[in-house]
Amino acid sequence: MNRDWSELSPILWESVRETLYIVGVTVGVGGALGLVLGVLLYATRRGNLLENVVVFTVLNVAVNVVRPIPFIIFITAVGPVTLAVVGTTIGNEAVIFAMSIMATFVTARIVEQNLVATDPGVVEAARAMGASRLRILVTVLVPEALAPLILGYTFLLIGIVDMSALAGYVGGGGLGNFAIVYGYQRFNWEVTLVTVLVIIGMVQLAQLLGNWLARKALHR
Amino acid sequence: MAPLISFQEVSKVFGTGDRTIRAVDGVTLDIEAGEIFGVIGYSGAGKSTLVRLVNALETVTSGRLLVDGQDVTALREPQLRRVRAGIGMVFQQFNLLNSRTVAGNVAYPLKVAGWPREKRAARVAELLDYVGIADKAKAYPRQLSGGQKQRVGIARALATSPRILLADEATSALDPDTTQDVLALLRRVNRDLGVTVVVITHEMDVIRSLAHRVAVMEAGKVVEHGPVYDVFAAPRERATRRFVATTLKDRPTPEAVARLRHRHPGRIVTVGIRESGVDVTAALREHGVDGTIVFGGITEIDERPFGSLTLELTGADAAIDALVADLRGRTDVDDLGTAGVPA
Repeated sequence: MNRDWSELSPILWESVRETLYIVGVTVGVGGALGLVLGVLLYATRRGNLLENVVVFTVLNVAVNVVRPIPFIIFITAVGPVTLAVVGTTIGNEAVIFAMSIMATFVTARIVEQNLVATDPGVVEAARAMGASRLRILVTVLVPEALAPLILGYTFLLIGIVDMSALAGYVGGGGLGNFAIVYGYQRFNWEVTLVTVLVIIGMVQLAQLLGNWLARKALHR
Repeated sequence: MAPLISFQEVSKVFGTGDRTIRAVDGVTLDIEAGEIFGVIGYSGAGKSTLVRLVNALETVTSGRLLVDGQDVTALREPQLRRVRAGIGMVFQQFNLLNSRTVAGNVAYPLKVAGWPREKRAARVAELLDYVGIADKAKAYPRQLSGGQKQRVGIARALATSPRILLADEATSALDPDTTQDVLALLRRVNRDLGVTVVVITHEMDVIRSLAHRVAVMEAGKVVEHGPVYDVFAAPRERATRRFVATTLKDRPTPEAVARLRHRHPGRIVTVGIRESGVDVTAALREHGVDGTIVFGGITEIDERPFGSLTLELTGADAAIDALVADLRGRTDVDDLGTAGVPA
C-alpha cells in the first residue's frame, strides 16, 4: 500500500457516497416512473385490462427509441431539457436528471416483461370478484409479479451503477470520476483496480440482497 | 318462479370480419334457483365461454341473458362489477393469488366489496372452517396441495354469500380421491347454503355424481338438455351417447358381443336396469328360463339406480321369446341373438 492512500481514501469514500447518492435518486425516481410506465405498457397491450392501441403504440415506440441510445450520447442529447429543468447541464443533479429519464424507459420495459409472465387466470379471478381494473393492476398484478420485479430492479440497479460511472464526463462525481481522475489520468493503475473492486463489492451486495428479497417474495 | 339464469337465443362471436368464431351459438336455456346444473362438452365446445357470459367476463354478442331478473347484456362496466361480485367462481387452475396467504385470498373479495377489517376476519375464519382448512389460514397457496387449493378457491368464491357459484372444470386438475372431496363440498354448498351451482366439465362422472340437470354442448350449441337421469337413460345425440359411454361401460361393444356369442351358445340379451325396477330373477323363474349374467354394471345417477345386465338365456325358444316380450314391456331390452342367429 503506497502512501497516496492516506490522501486518496477520504476522496474514495466521498466518491462512494456520491455514487450511492446518484444511483439512489435515479433508482427512486426512474424506478417509480418506470413502474407506472411499465404497468401502462402492459395494461394497454391488446387483450389486456386497459387495451388501447394508441397509448400502447406511443409508449412502445418511445421506449424503443430511447433505450438503445448510448448513455454518454444521451446525456448530451437531452442537454437542453436538462438545462430547462435543472438549470445546468453539469454536475451530479444534471447527471441524475438524464439518468432518471433513461432509467424510466429501461424500467418500463423490465416491468412490462415481468408482468407479461403473470398468470392471466389470476386477473380473471379478480375480475370475477368484481374488482375494478385499476384495483387489479395495483393489488393483483404488481404483487403477483413481485419476485421477478425485484430481480428486474436488481438488474436495473446494476445498470445504473454502470451509467453513473459516466457522470465524471459532465462534471459529476462518484466512483467513475474517481477512477478516471486519480487512476487513468495519473497513470495509477492501482487506484483503478481498487475502484473496480469497490464497485464489484457494491454490485455483489446489491445482487445478494435482491436474490434474498425475491426468494422471500415467492412464498414457497 | 322465474329461472335464476335465463339464456335467450344467446350468441357469442369472437374476432371480426372473416375470421370469426361462434363460441356460443344461439343458446336458449334456463337454470333454476337452487339446482346444480351441469354443462358438459369436449374442449372447444363453448362451455367455458357460456359460463363466462353469466358473470360478464365475456360480453354477449346477441340475444338476451337474464341473471337474477337483470338483463346483463344491457349493463355497463360499473354495474357489471356489482353483478360479478354477487356470483362466485372457481377455476380449474384455482387462480389463487400467490402473493397472499390463504386468509388473504379469502379476504380479497370482501375487501373489494368494502367490508370493514373486523368483519372480514370473522367471515374468513368462518369460511375456512366451513371448507375444512382453518389450520392453513397463514399458509401461502404454493405450500398447498391441489385439493387444498380448490378448497381455498371455493371459500373465496363463497365469501360474499353469492346466490350463484360457477365451477369451471373445478375438479379436472385433481386426483380421483380429491375430486370426490371437492364434489362433496360443492354438493354441501348447494344443500346447506342453497347456492345455485353451475358446473362445467368434460367428465361425465362429475355430472353423474353432482348435477340435477345437464346440458350437452357441441360446437357452441346446446344439443341436448334435461334431468341428468333422463339424458343418461335415453341419450338422443351422438355426443351425449359418447359421454354416457365414458362413464358407464355396462353395455358390451360390438367386439365384446362377438366374443360373448362365441363363448356362450345361448341367446344374449341386454336388459336395462332403471329406477322403475325390474326383477329379472323373478321373470326368469316365471317363464322357466335359465339366465347367466355375462356382462353389465349398475350404478347410481342422481342417487337413482342405473345400468344394464347382459344375460345368456337358455331354455325353450318359445319361453325365451315370451320372456323377452315381457321384459320389453317394462324396460329397454337389447336382443343380441346367438352366434347362429344374430338379432
